[in-house]
Formats: sequence, structure tokens, C-alpha cells
Amino acid sequence: MMILVIAGKELRTLFLSPLAWVILAVVQLILAYLFLSQIDFFLQIQSRLAGLEEAPGITEIIVAPLFGNAAVVLLLVVPMLTMRLVSDERRNRTLSLMFSAPLAMTEIILGKFLGLMAFLLVMLAMIAAMPLALLAGGTLDLGVLASSLLGLLLLLGSFTAIGLFMSTLTSQPTIAAVSTFGVLLLLWILDWAGSGRGGEASTVFGYLSILRHYEPLLKGVFNSADIVYYLLLMLTFLVLSIRRLDAERLLGR
Amino acid sequence: MNDSSLVRVEQLYRYYGPLCAVNNISFEMGRGEVLGFLGPNGAGKSTTMQMISGNLAPSAGRILIHGVDILDHPREAKVHLGYLPEQPPLYRELTVDEYLAYCARLNRIPRAQRHGAVDAAKSRCGLTEVGRRLIGNLSKGFQQRVGIAQAIIHNPAVIILDEPTVGLDPIQIREIRTLIHELSREHSIILSTHILPEVQTICDRVIIINQGKLVLNDTLAGLQRRMEGSSLLVAFRHPPAPALLESMPGVEDIEILEAGRFRIYHGDSADPAEAIVDRSVAEGWGLYELTPQRLSLEQVFIQITQARPVEGEAAA
Repeated sequence: MMILVIAGKELRTLFLSPLAWVILAVVQLILAYLFLSQIDFFLQIQSRLAGLEEAPGITEIIVAPLFGNAAVVLLLVVPMLTMRLVSDERRNRTLSLMFSAPLAMTEIILGKFLGLMAFLLVMLAMIAAMPLALLAGGTLDLGVLASSLLGLLLLLGSFTAIGLFMSTLTSQPTIAAVSTFGVLLLLWILDWAGSGRGGEASTVFGYLSILRHYEPLLKGVFNSADIVYYLLLMLTFLVLSIRRLDAERLLGR
Repeated sequence: MNDSSLVRVEQLYRYYGPLCAVNNISFEMGRGEVLGFLGPNGAGKSTTMQMISGNLAPSAGRILIHGVDILDHPREAKVHLGYLPEQPPLYRELTVDEYLAYCARLNRIPRAQRHGAVDAAKSRCGLTEVGRRLIGNLSKGFQQRVGIAQAIIHNPAVIILDEPTVGLDPIQIREIRTLIHELSREHSIILSTHILPEVQTICDRVIIINQGKLVLNDTLAGLQRRMEGSSLLVAFRHPPAPALLESMPGVEDIEILEAGRFRIYHGDSADPAEAIVDRSVAEGWGLYELTPQRLSLEQVFIQITQARPVEGEAAA
């Protein structure tokens, strides 16, 4: 209940600032451009595809790249949204409002997490609207679309959890944004290490890579290990955030 | 558990690394009292208030609010607490109404009473006119009022105000003081300040903290008695021998200021003024000045806070 109160307030404040609107607009603009160029590409090769056996369908050619690109764009955007979650409140000394209210730290952190997730759901709906528009003139593999959406949702959840934790560490939003971006990018490219040689290290890094668990979902492969990976990632960083705020109360810094 | 004590602080300690910010502070506060927290900057006032409000965990000690331990049951204890930190926790992008409604929700006021609670807090703090304005656009005095409104919205038994008048102009200060005075009819208030006259006008009881230690815990009447002091300033045309004055009943010590002028220190109980006048008349000392010395609160404060020798650790 209190979680929803905090989440609602976060969502409202987001829309009070121009930042949220600008981000929605810019992301939509870029993804729409990529989406349209992908359609263009599909129209060009359509005649050749007709001749192939087991030709890739419209979903493989348009939806998968769209969601792949969306992930990259959002990797850049989410740190800008998460940066102010806690650090801004710390800088403006408004944290004490929540600390003095009868609230648990868990409620504060989950409220902030869900508030931003609600905003990202709006973004997700806008992204999903683009491929869904193709239903007007063709058919889509809705299963693949659903698993892609799920993948992007989990990815965004992980981004948000990591960004939220980084935001609890500092009172400077910019530092939170840069460090979040650094961590996300590192997780993204982690599997590049030793990818040429194979071996033990590359398997571990590959397993930790955030991208490796996203790609199967874009192809419509639903592997519960991938889901669990994202859920664990979110849980870890949410727990770390709660611990961090608790430490602030205990240590006073 | 004593029913009359609303806030009970027992042997509170707080360390920041090796620095001891609060050192063994204990006190009790009754219902309806206004408690003034005094002390020089950096004495540990804010740290103590942060701990009482549950924003900061003490290194050692116990805090009971309404008989509930704030460390063991923070949620139950915080229901009885309203806290205004040094810098009011305001969201500048919200309007006063939106902000107070959010505070009401945070403090778990049921939906049906929320609107009434917001209206009541607004009218008590004189915010009715500015309900639809953005907090960021309000003057500092009004922002402070919003901060106080936030602290009283759930009608807590104890209100903690950390330097509520700092940075305001004299008129605003007077308004805030009037507001605090009105609030004290229904709430117990802990108030920190380093403006001394403020204490005299608002508080029932005074606690002075210096270098993290509690150096005075007295009622305002007791403090006033201290201020009455225990010395007389006298001047004679034909001064007697100082030894003779010193031997008079009630006189503890004398200080020779200049020719014929003395400061006479006496005990709290015996006032030798009358005896001195009688002797002067009888023996022709030519008494032409006799003034009971009254200390200002400033002097008492300085006396108390500087009485303890500065210890080595405070040099940093």
C-alpha cells in the first residue's frame, strides 16, 4: 500500500518535469526511424524471400532488430531516469520526510523502483505499438513479440535496479548516471572477453553478460534460466539499495 | 513506565568515527511541555534530534516515544512523531496541497480523513491562501510553515523542530514563534535553537548541550533563578575595610572593583543587602549605590557552556 503511494508520487514527479516527456519523445523518434528503415529493408528483400524455403518472416526481420536497438537506446536512457531517484532527494534533504514517516526502507526502495517501472511500461507500450501496427496489413508471430516484450521488460527492470542502487550511493545525480551507465555497459560487453578462445572464463563471463540472456528471448526462445538471471539481478540490486539506505540511518552518511 | 513522560531518552551516545557527537545524554519530557534545546553550533543538537526522530540510529542508548522504543518498533513510534529537520524536506515542484496530501498518505492517514487533515494543517499554519502555489515559488517563511504543516499533519503527540526560525526575517520569526506557541497547546514540542530570547519566550524547560554532553536540564523558572544571580554591586563614599564587609553574614566573597566600589557575592538563600544598608547608616559609610546583579541568559549560557575546560578531543 505504502509502496504504491511512493510509486505514484515518483511517477507524478517524473511527468511534472520535462525530462520524462523529452525522453519519451526522443526514444520514440529514434526507434520509429529504425523501425521504418527496417520495414523499408523488408520491402526491398520481400521478393527474394518469397523464393526461399523457410524464409524468415516479418517478425524476425522487423521485430527482433527493433527490440535489439531499443535495448541499446534504453541502456543510454535509463541511467538518466534512475540517477535522481535517491541522490536528488539526498541532495535536497528530502529523504528525512520518508525516514520520519512510519515506513520501512523496503517500502521506500520498492516504491521508487515500481514508480520508474510504471514509467518504463508506458515507454514499452509505445514501442510495442509500432510492430502491433503491422497487424493492420499482415500477420505477426505474437509469441515472439510477447517474449521480446518480456525480455525488454526484464532488461529494463535490471537497468532500473542497478541505477537505483547507484543512485543510493551518491548525492550527485550525474555521478549516479555515469556509474550506472558504466556498470550497464560493462555487463553488456562482458561476454566479449575471451570470446575468441572459448574456455572456462568465457563461459562465466558469457553467463554474466546481460545481452546473452536477452538475445534468446528476441528469437522467441523462452528459457527459464534467462528469466531467473534477470530476477536475481533485480533482487540483488534492490536488496543492496535497501541495505545502503539502512546503513545511512545507522552510520549517518 | 511513567505515564507522564512522553519522550524518554536514556544514555544516548553517537559516534562519527572516533568523534563523539553525543555523549551520554538522558532526559525526559512530559506531556504538553515545550522543551528548548540550546547549545553552540556543532554541540550535537541536530544529531540528538535526528536520533529522537528516528532518522539516525544511536551508537548506544534507548529512546522511548510514548513508551515505544523507536529502535525496536520504529513504525509504531514514528506515528507519534512529527519532525522538521534543519532544512525542511520540501518537494519544490509540487504545490502545497499536493505535497501535504502526499505527506498525509505517507503517514497512513485513512483516505476519508486525509482531506480534513490537510485542511487542518493548512489553516493552523496559515497556508490556506497558498494551497495551489508551487512550494518552490514560496518565500522562505512560507516554506518553513509548509515544513511545520508537514510535521503536524498526522497530529503527532511530539513535534521536533530543528532550528525552525533560522534564516527568517524578524517578522517571520515572530509569526513562527506565535505558531509554535499555538501548537504547544495540543502538542509536546522539542525545539532546537541558538537564539536565546526564543527560549525565554516559548519554552517551559531548557536543555543545554555542549560538546555532546548535557550540561543543564532545568525548567525556565529555574533558569530564571540562575539568572537572578548572586551578587550585589555596592559603592560607598567612605568605604569600610574589605575584611569587615567579608565578615558580614551571608557574604561569601567580595571583589574590589575600584575605590569604594565592591562586588559582593552571596549565597542563594541569604541576601545581605538589608544588613549592608543598616550598617552603612549606623556607621556612616555613605552608601550611594546598591544594585542586584542580574545575569542575562547569554551570560548564563556562556557560563555554562564554557565552564568545562576544553578537552583535547574538541581541539579538532
